[in-house]
Amino acid sequence: MLPSGQTPGRLAENVLHFARVLRTAGLPVGSDRVMLALQALPVAGLEGKADFHAVLSACFVSRHEQQALFDQAFTLYWRDPDLAGRMRALLLPRVNTNTPPPVKENRRLGDALFPSTRDAPAKAPPPAEIELEATLTASSQERLQKADFETMSNEEFREALRLLTRLKPAFEPLPTRRRAASPRPGRLDVRATLRAAGRVGGDWLPLRHSAPRTVVPPLVVLADVSGSMARYSRMLLHFAHLLGQAGPKVETFAFGTRLTRLTPLLRQRDVDVAVAQCTASVKDWSGGTRIAHSLHDFNRLWARRVLGSRATVLLVSDGLEHEAAEDLAFEMERLHKSCRRLVWLNPLLRFEAFQPKARGIRAMLPHVDDFRPVHNLASLQQLVDALAQAPARRVRPQALGAP
Amino acid sequence: MPSADGTLTGLPLAEGAAGSGAAPLPASIDALAAALAAQDYVADRRLATVVYLALKLGRPLFLEGEPGTGKTEIARTLAAALGRPLIRLQCHEGLDLAGAAYEWNYARQMLEIRLAEGAAEDRAALAARLFTDTFLVKRALLDAIDPARPVPPVLLIDELDRADEPFEAFLLEVLADFQITIPEMGTVKAITPPIVVLTSNRTREVHDAVKRRCLYHWVGFPDAARELEILRRKVPGAPERLAREIVAFVQRLREIELYKLPGVAETIEWTRALRELDTVVLDPEVVQNTLGLLLKYQDDIARVGADEVARLIEQARAAAG
Repeated sequence: MLPSGQTPGRLAENVLHFARVLRTAGLPVGSDRVMLALQALPVAGLEGKADFHAVLSACFVSRHEQQALFDQAFTLYWRDPDLAGRMRALLLPRVNTNTPPPVKENRRLGDALFPSTRDAPAKAPPPAEIELEATLTASSQERLQKADFETMSNEEFREALRLLTRLKPAFEPLPTRRRAASPRPGRLDVRATLRAAGRVGGDWLPLRHSAPRTVVPPLVVLADVSGSMARYSRMLLHFAHLLGQAGPKVETFAFGTRLTRLTPLLRQRDVDVAVAQCTASVKDWSGGTRIAHSLHDFNRLWARRVLGSRATVLLVSDGLEHEAAEDLAFEMERLHKSCRRLVWLNPLLRFEAFQPKARGIRAMLPHVDDFRPVHNLASLQQLVDALAQAPARRVRPQALGAP
Repeated sequence: MPSADGTLTGLPLAEGAAGSGAAPLPASIDALAAALAAQDYVADRRLATVVYLALKLGRPLFLEGEPGTGKTEIARTLAAALGRPLIRLQCHEGLDLAGAAYEWNYARQMLEIRLAEGAAEDRAALAARLFTDTFLVKRALLDAIDPARPVPPVLLIDELDRADEPFEAFLLEVLADFQITIPEMGTVKAITPPIVVLTSNRTREVHDAVKRRCLYHWVGFPDAARELEILRRKVPGAPERLAREIVAFVQRLREIELYKLPGVAETIEWTRALRELDTVVLDPEVVQNTLGLLLKYQDDIARVGADEVARLIEQARAAAG
């Protein structure tokens, strides 16, 4: 299927191979993009390396984040000092070229770029199931509902993960400006009415109505994965994965001392593989925490892209920030203003005598819409119920925190 | 942009004038860059290459980048440089087919139905006549691919990220085949495809299906030399020394961690303002008073306090030589 008439010689093969390298690197380069590149190169792009780069980049890159990866791959792949000369040589008919095929080079490139992809599948075997005793008795299930994630044994934790999949998340639908046909009288849909009238020759008008279409608001999970929170956060990642499968767009970020976006990793269908990939890719898993700093990064780099104006944010953190309480209040306020609903999930609420004394917690509390515990399955069930309803917007948890 | 003339009759979709009145496309990347420069648009080599490709291959051009870096301007400039009309579709939430492509003129159709009642016209003939060009209100998309156009236009679909996702699906047919299918009528197809430019500020990710059909380019902030060249062309009256200082100042401002970095549009506005204030060199007081033209967030203005401004001016003066 190569348009060999336009690009004779080895250029097509090399571009094809380059595209394959990019694909291995995770860029979604389809064969249509390769065809486009092969059409584009003879038009422009053989003048010099810069043009060649610009053309391939316009054809193969479709998001700004991919640019860095593309540039890196480009430099590695096409690292001939006399690229222009070589490109022209490649355009000569095949008989005239005696360049050895670049297979070996590419294997090295692939390894250099992605040392981990090869052994990644091996790393994450399906976890050994406890099939034989998977069905606990009703009373032990009851107990698990109330048990704290932190104090569960590994086996109980695994059972809890299994029970988690039984939650049936539903989401509060939001009306949009877009309209859809509706059987109930509302606003008249003139277009549809006229169409129907035309069908009966204009003798009478069968009225057609429309109503606002609804959408499921996107959900953003910001999970603290510092040492004190790791276990809850792992459960929350499973929970986020579950929510993502249930319908809305879910963006997931983890933070300890810095922010990591986990959304692409959680797209993996198998939840265990997905969460294993997440823990492997977060450098500061179970490390320290810098909440204000991480929220600042989120506000600056991501908020405008993933929040829109409808998003619900689930912030999972114990709020134990030791420095920069003013910064924390500032960033929380900003986050609160740029989303529709900010829910703070704090496992410390499991203690009945919990008093928001820590400076970090006091700084954060005025800026959340909802403050909930997240330490056991029952609390997750309550969270699911809360997400299915419209937020009780004006009930602020200040009463809890105000001195 | 509804076309007011209902002059097309019968089946206009199959016929139409051949699009031949447009200026010829530039023959090389350099020629294109020169044509853009003649319209006071200073494009870097990469942008010129991508635009040239889009013209030659007849592919839509998808431009993403920070606000105020000249994404919309490139479409305007292209239209002016190539002597083509510009059709602009500003996207917003709730934009639908009726607002973007076409709509039936219901009032006229109703009238026609009433008239037909009087004339006791055949029902089928009426139904067929109700859905013809006479009753069609053309919006931007349909207008751009109208086969009756003598010159294929430049179609600018601005800030696509502001439209909601379902709208993107409408665009797929237009972007891939330059045609729109009207169920009641048939398929309208451009004889000569328009030049299509899409822009996005990336407040959300546009779907890959749209991007796939386009050439992608990220429009970044210009370097100092190019920004100075832009200022010279856009604000000809500004003193050279002042322009140099402004560029050096803004370039340094962009290195600070701000919520919203100032774009080229802000630089131009600021230069105009300073020229109006008869400023010859940057001084802290004037800069403080006019900072609102560069920075649009209170947090950013607070962050760049008096000390920071003084330091930046110092550096800018040194850099301006």
